[in-house]
Formats: sequence, C-alpha cells, structure tokens
Amino acid sequence: MAGVLSERVVDQRRLITPEGIDLRVQLADIGARIGAYFIDQIIIYVALFAAFFLIIFGGISTAPEIAITIFILVSFFLRNFYYMFFEMGPKAATPGKRISKIRVASRSHARLSANAVFARNALREIEINLPLSFLFMSRDSVDGWIALLGLLWSGIFLFFPLFNKDRLRAGDLIAGTWVVRAPKPMLANDLAEEKVDLDSTYSFTPEQVEAYGVHELHVLENVIRANELQTVMDVADRIRNKIKWSKGMSEDDLDFLKAYYAALRGRLETRLLFGVRRKDKFDKS
Amino acid sequence: MAGQITLKSHRFRTEREQSWRELELILKAIEGRGMKSLSDEQIVALPRLYRSTLSSLSVARATSLDQGVITYLESLSARAYYILYGSQVSLGKRISTFFLRDWPYAAKMLWKETAISAALTLLAAVLAFILVRNNPDWFYTFMPDSMAAGRTPAASAETLRETLYHDGDADGLGVFASFLFSHNSKVAMFAFALGFAFCIPTSILLMYNGFILGSFIAIFSEKSLGFEVGGWLIIHGATEIFAIILAGAAGMHIGKAVAFPGELSRTESASKAGATASLLMAGVIIMLFFAGMLEGFGRQLITNDVVRYAIGLGTLATWLLYFYTPRRRDEDLGGGQS
Repeated sequence: MAGVLSERVVDQRRLITPEGIDLRVQLADIGARIGAYFIDQIIIYVALFAAFFLIIFGGISTAPEIAITIFILVSFFLRNFYYMFFEMGPKAATPGKRISKIRVASRSHARLSANAVFARNALREIEINLPLSFLFMSRDSVDGWIALLGLLWSGIFLFFPLFNKDRLRAGDLIAGTWVVRAPKPMLANDLAEEKVDLDSTYSFTPEQVEAYGVHELHVLENVIRANELQTVMDVADRIRNKIKWSKGMSEDDLDFLKAYYAALRGRLETRLLFGVRRKDKFDKS
Repeated sequence: MAGQITLKSHRFRTEREQSWRELELILKAIEGRGMKSLSDEQIVALPRLYRSTLSSLSVARATSLDQGVITYLESLSARAYYILYGSQVSLGKRISTFFLRDWPYAAKMLWKETAISAALTLLAAVLAFILVRNNPDWFYTFMPDSMAAGRTPAASAETLRETLYHDGDADGLGVFASFLFSHNSKVAMFAFALGFAFCIPTSILLMYNGFILGSFIAIFSEKSLGFEVGGWLIIHGATEIFAIILAGAAGMHIGKAVAFPGELSRTESASKAGATASLLMAGVIIMLFFAGMLEGFGRQLITNDVVRYAIGLGTLATWLLYFYTPRRRDEDLGGGQS
C-alpha cells in the first residue's frame, strides 16, 4: 500500500519544522473522526459494563448503595480521563483514533502540551452531551420552546467542525490543536526497478516519452499499483494511441505500462534536474 | 536510452533506504514501549537519522517523481517530528508544576474576570435576597422545585432548621457521588464552556446562581435562621461558590479573547486565552471535588455553627492565600503551555 496518493492537496496544511522543511500534514476527514469517536465510545461503555459486573458479582461490594456509588465514581473517572490519558501519550491518539489512523497535533509550531489535551477534552462534554441533554430534557421541567432553542444553540457546537476549513471542534479551537492523519505507509517498491528485464523489448523514441507530464506519471503510477485488469487495458490502449505505438504480438499490457512509466519518469526526472518541471501534458515547457 | 537503465532517483533511494528503515524501527519502539526501551546507540542515532530523513525528503521532492517514496518520507518525518518535538514532561513533574505554579498563576492572571464574576454573583444574590424578603412569591420564580426540596417560604422554622443539620439518611460517600453530577458542578462546567459565546451565557448563568443563593438565604433569615444557614452554606460553599466564580472567570477570559482579539486573529486569540483558562478550569474541578468531600462528610459530622464558620472561612482564606500571595516568578513560566 502506498497510502493515500490522490486528493492530497485539499486537506494539506503546512507544518514547517525548525529545520525549515514543510512536512505538509493532512487533516483528518470528518468520517475518520466520527468513526474514531464511536470506537472510543464503544470501548468506554464496554469497560463500564465490565466494571458494573465486577462490582456486583466480583464481590467488591454487596450493599447496593455503595456499589452504585463506586460505579458512579468509576464512570466519572473513565469518561473524563480516557481521552486525556491516551492523548497525552507518545501517539497522541485514543485507541479509536489509532484505528482510524489519525492523531492530535498542535496547530502552531509549539509542541502538544498536556494543557492543550486537557482543554480540548474539557469541552467534549459540552459539545456532545449538551445537545443530547436538551434533546432528552423532560417536558415538565422546561418549556418545550426553551428546550428547542437550547438544542439549536448547542447544535452550533456539535456541528462546529463542519463549518471551518480546518475542521476544528470548539475544543480544538480553544486548545490550539487539530486532528491530522497519521498513516504509516510501507515503503512501496520502486516501479522503475521492475522494468530492467523489459528494456530490450520496449524502447521508446524521445518524441514518445515527451507525450506526458508529472500529473499523468502519477496517475499511471496509481494505475500500475492498483493493477485492475480493465483499467490497465484501457490506459495501455490510450497511451498506445497517443504515442502511436504498435502493439506487439505477445505484449502484456501491464509490462508495457511499467516500461513506459520507467521511460517517462527517467525523462521527466532528467528534465527536473535541469530545473524544468513539466506539470502535465498541456504544459509546453 | 542508456540513462534509463538505472534512474538517478532509484539509486538515491537504494543508497538512503537503510537509514530510513533504521529510523522507522526506532520510532516503532518509542511508540510502542516508550523512550526508555531504546538502547544508548539508538538514542544517539535518533536525531541524526531524523535530520538525514528530512534531507532525504527535500532531495526527493526536488528530484524524484516516485510518489511512494515521497509519501513514505513525509509520513516518517512527521512521525519523528512529533516524537522529537512532542511533550517530554513526565506526568509526575507535570502534576507538581501544576500545583506549585500553573494553577495559582492562572488564577492570578484572571483576577479581573474573577472579580467581575464574583460581583455578578453577589449582585444577583443581594437582589434576590431583597426581592424575596419583600415578597416571598419571588422565591418560586428563582428556585426550581427539584432543588428546593421542601425548603420553601411556606415551611415552618422547625422544618427549615431540621434541613440544616440532617440531610436525610444518605451516607457521606453517597452524597459525595451524587454531588459530582449535581447542579453546581454542571453550572461550573457550563459557565466555562459557554464563555466563548462572548461571555453572555456565562454572565447569565452566574447571575442565575446568585439568584438561587440569595433567595435561599432569604427564606431562612426570614425565620431568623440567618446565622445558622450561613454556617451550613459556608462550610462547603466557600470552596464551591468560589470554584463556580473561577469557572465563570475562565469562561469570560475566553469570551473576551473571542470578542476582542486585538492584533491576533480570533482563532489565535481564543486558543491563547484557552491555554490559561483551561489550566484554571482543571483547578476548578479539583476544588469541586474538595467541596464534594466537605459537603458529604464535613457537613454531616459537624453540626456546630461556630466550627462550620471556622472551617468555611479557613478554607476560603487558604484558597485566597494560595492563589493571590505574591510569589517568585520562575524564568520558564508558561513553558508548559502551548
């Protein structure tokens, strides 16, 4: 897996290290964050459920009143410190976030401090539980209209991440943090390496390797890595048409693409060394 | 076509790959088992490998068109960056600096907001007191039924007196636990959280709390139980009401920063204010816990009014001294803040 290779630019944000290199972090998408939230909630509730049975049947307490008290204390600590404990660790992510491959990071160049983690999680209760409490507010204690207004007002917090470009929760805003993708891509094998034994069969003229730019090269790379039969066939045919390449008798589409990829990359990289980066096929430089 | 045999970018990759793998291995060890699991050689190698990976990244961006390598290097460099420039303070050290320095410093920083929220609470309390004394019907306006629990203007002096010294049959722990979810800790959380809507909900909440307080005192003082209700309230109220006032101050601090960001952007201003305010809020939660203990145990066991006053005023004085005594400013003050 080469990680996410397309759609990278939309969510890209600058993160310049003290060494002066932009690491181009990717924001986590809303789906991953919702997923992470639900996984964490499930973990919390399973733990609470286990604690409940441990208290009742584990012989910790027999008196119901004390058992309930202990349970309330446990749930209070669990709900409040689960997020803080994990996000203060070296991965800066709860188990749910780890599964979704996202993490919390500081928005500025400063490091992610314990205070920031506290602040972003202190507001969690308000963002999510406040709307819920308005929703389930008993009809006799408050007027329906007030509950509705409260729901609308607190909904602003709930949907806050959808309405700003950095997808910040209110807690992130206050804490100076954001949630970014933390994928761990394996180093994919170099496609240019595989073509060595094909060199004799495929040799392209300079005009033929001039046909495309960097954008097409990257698309081609994705096509070869994905290796879907139909796509490979279509792309190979289209390239053959464009560069007027006559298909050999026993020519394999994938081999052809790999060879052309290597040739194109070699050409574009050589030009890159001379300071010319040809963006795409329309780029006349 | 001779240049195609081995691409320069491919040679570059084969030469550097070993050191990337080495860094990846070290990062994996740190993320899994922490810094302590590293050998001495690995610790020495970490910054060197980090810098060489960063340089690989910039070389690759300039000369290579292999997306796999660039994606890999970006992610590897970011992982290393987060670890090398991540939080390195141990939890114990963090906790001790919080108590010794950060918490009182945050409280002191926010003294203006604290004064305003205290004034709002007091104003509302006095207003409610006067209104209820003049016309007991006001009591029902301010006090929700669930909270009054029979303590209304219609109740006799005896019943009221009874509520001051016996809280039913609940044991200390039970009262404490229910306190965690009680009215006041919710008020504190909301006062903080709603602050960033330009302080308005926070002010309303603080005043509402003041109204309840004032009308509560009013019905007791009408039955000439003023001194007694004071003792009942102050033993934990000194901590609890102070905590709510501080929470309101923390909320207002953020609200102020959002409303008047000055030269910063609104977002930057909010997160700057949030750093101090959330420190104070962490302290508020500790205070609420403490108040819960006092309410659960202290108020049950101590029924002597004078002792109640002594404890209440004593804790109040302790808090004030803890927060506002001038202390030496450390050089690295705020080092733990973002």
